[in-house]
Amino acid sequence: MSESDIKNLEAIFEERIARDEKIEAKDWMPEKYRKTHIRQISQHAHSEVVGMLPEGNWITRAPSLRRKAALLAKIQDEAGHGLYLYSACETLGVSREELYDQLHSGKAKYSSIFNYPTVTWADIGAIGWLVDGAAIINQVPLCNTSFGPYARAMVRVCKEESFHQRQGYEIMLTLCRGTEEQKAMAQDALNRWWWPSLMMLGPTDDKSVHTAQSMKWKLKRKTNDELRQQFIDQTVPQADILGITVPDKDLKWNEERGSYDFGEIDWDEFWQVVKGHGPCNKERMSARVNAWNEGKWVRDGAVAYAQKQEDKKMASAS
Amino acid sequence: MTKNWPLWEVFVRSKNGLEHRHFGSLHAADANMALENARDVYTRRNEGVSIWVVESKNITASNPENSGELFEPAQDKVYRHPTFYDLPDEIKHM
Repeated sequence: MSESDIKNLEAIFEERIARDEKIEAKDWMPEKYRKTHIRQISQHAHSEVVGMLPEGNWITRAPSLRRKAALLAKIQDEAGHGLYLYSACETLGVSREELYDQLHSGKAKYSSIFNYPTVTWADIGAIGWLVDGAAIINQVPLCNTSFGPYARAMVRVCKEESFHQRQGYEIMLTLCRGTEEQKAMAQDALNRWWWPSLMMLGPTDDKSVHTAQSMKWKLKRKTNDELRQQFIDQTVPQADILGITVPDKDLKWNEERGSYDFGEIDWDEFWQVVKGHGPCNKERMSARVNAWNEGKWVRDGAVAYAQKQEDKKMASAS
Repeated sequence: MTKNWPLWEVFVRSKNGLEHRHFGSLHAADANMALENARDVYTRRNEGVSIWVVESKNITASNPENSGELFEPAQDKVYRHPTFYDLPDEIKHM
């Protein structure tokens, strides 16, 4: 294909996106579109999978059977979300093994928030309320993204995500209506999860390298700063209902903007965690890599069994 | 040498009376495992009453590059649609 042919195809491609047409896996697409999508969808899948680890920490210590069943169901959903997203990503011509390898070798990133520890039961409440709350804000616009398989996966993810947030908020509510100690535990969890949740929505617009291109491809429909403001505006009143305080002394309602003003985010902390120096980066990766390596005999056994059944069938047919 | 689990396409009938619809894909060592995994991955909330799985390599798909010659000829055959035919307004139920 000559350079002018490619230019022409690119122009047709950009027009299709501008018309809100969906792009399907086998359609022609610019190499950069493919690569950007593989990067974003796989990061998203990795985040779902690694996101199971901090919550898994509390399955055996959930305070009641009801809480335990809900937490298990939520974690199972996250495994499911990871699988929908890996499948969507594979339609772009990358294999599942390559994707796992990128995660396990540290080449691919996952959401930095999962590198924080879950030290009390209230953290499970705060994660559902804040982390899943921020994730929903990020994910809802993606249901309309230009790449068909990603958009379809996101529709399914978003449908399931709202239970996650509600179960988290209910945990917080129960603690806040409980004893002084329980309420203090909820406040402590909010103190620790608030800022990382704001960071989770990504660097500020002037520092975000991918935003402009991603907006053009409708891989992003709102900027990081818009999403963050939306998250703050809807979450602060929810904290008020709980009767706990958002740990930001500069937080105040701005009548003119119809939004909350908020304090400076510690971006040094964010980049430290992204670069691998968060409290649990090593622990998370080693848990993932161990699970993969120690599951090898099971995967191999399943293949051997399938082969044996196949051979038997062939033998009895001949 | 390790053999990787092949890819399967999953089709789910959401209730009797409706057709099976493509839901997504997954990896599994064999057809039975693909069915079991499909149940866990795609029907955790009563989304289905029946599942089909088929190994992805067995699907033959049309190439989007040939979409023009495949599908455009239908566009100028407007006489295949009822609205192509002019009838007087008095005619009812047709």
